[in-house]
Amino acid sequence: MTAAVAQRAVPSQAARVEYVLRLADTSLILAQRLGEWVGHAPALEEDLGLGNLALDFLGQARLLLTHVGQLDGSNRTEDELAFLRDGPAFRNFTLVEQPNGDFAHSIVRQYFIDAWQVPLFEALASSADADLAAIAAKSLKEAQYHHRFSSNWLLRLGDGTAESHARAQDAADTLIRFTREMFEPDEVDRQNIEAGIGADLAAVQAAWSADARRVFAEATLKLPEAPPGAPVGKRGDHSEYLGYILTDMQFMQRAYPGASW
Amino acid sequence: MSSESTWPLYEVFIRAKGGLDHKHVGSVHATDARMAIEHARDVYTRRQEGVSIWVVRSADIVASDPQEADALFEPARDKVYRHPTFYDIPDEVKNL
Repeated sequence: MTAAVAQRAVPSQAARVEYVLRLADTSLILAQRLGEWVGHAPALEEDLGLGNLALDFLGQARLLLTHVGQLDGSNRTEDELAFLRDGPAFRNFTLVEQPNGDFAHSIVRQYFIDAWQVPLFEALASSADADLAAIAAKSLKEAQYHHRFSSNWLLRLGDGTAESHARAQDAADTLIRFTREMFEPDEVDRQNIEAGIGADLAAVQAAWSADARRVFAEATLKLPEAPPGAPVGKRGDHSEYLGYILTDMQFMQRAYPGASW
Repeated sequence: MSSESTWPLYEVFIRAKGGLDHKHVGSVHATDARMAIEHARDVYTRRQEGVSIWVVRSADIVASDPQEADALFEPARDKVYRHPTFYDIPDEVKNL
């Protein structure tokens, strides 16, 4: 097997950084979106639940961004990376920057991400990148709870009233097109997968699809086909919403550079 | 928050660690028992307060009548000999 190991492709430095940055930014922007629910959720208990989710994703983003700052040799801190980059430098999936919409939109968006993160972190827990593997192992337990939370809500909305069913279906129809980039590997993905650093996207997609078919069927919802053409956030091609998120999120550091408390 | 008024109330009991009993900590609104567990987890175990959760529909709890408090509890007042305070408890015994 030594021959096979020796032949293993070594990803470029840029590809390694890019791979982790995509995961980091996806968690960071979703944390920011979920945080917008605080004080506005349909019930006090959901307010706390969504706030907990936001904090879990923020925690993932902090670990991953710190890792990015070490990987790229810039020694930038998590804060510098989060607050001092402009929109085109962000590599999050376009899905997570989509507006919260009604509760059904937020739940469907959350479910799509959770059903991706569980198999992704399972695979990354044995990544050749030891830091990434440790972060994935820690985050997997969170992702499993998130998946339970969002899939249970999807069942209640889909199999609830005519109104909640219609809203959940509308959310799925609207958001499905943003799921394509989660599973379509590009050069960055391929290099990291071949090196044993990244997760095999075909396997992640198979797990995601099987789970989504099961949950949607149980929720009496139709799982739509994802049409092509959505902006590919992981390559820096975003929807119009990201700029507004960054304006909110980065305001303090932009207005008061270096401020800390 | 209007939907909250139509969700039934559940009482929440948390076990702090293995070997201890479940203690009542409060209540949550939820549409069903499974959601009540999740709400209880999110509301009452954010700071590692527990290792186990029980929830029970508040409506299913049968309570004593406060009007009968005297009849129920007064007779025990003058019977201090029922308290196990006449024993020396070894230091090794925890959580008694």
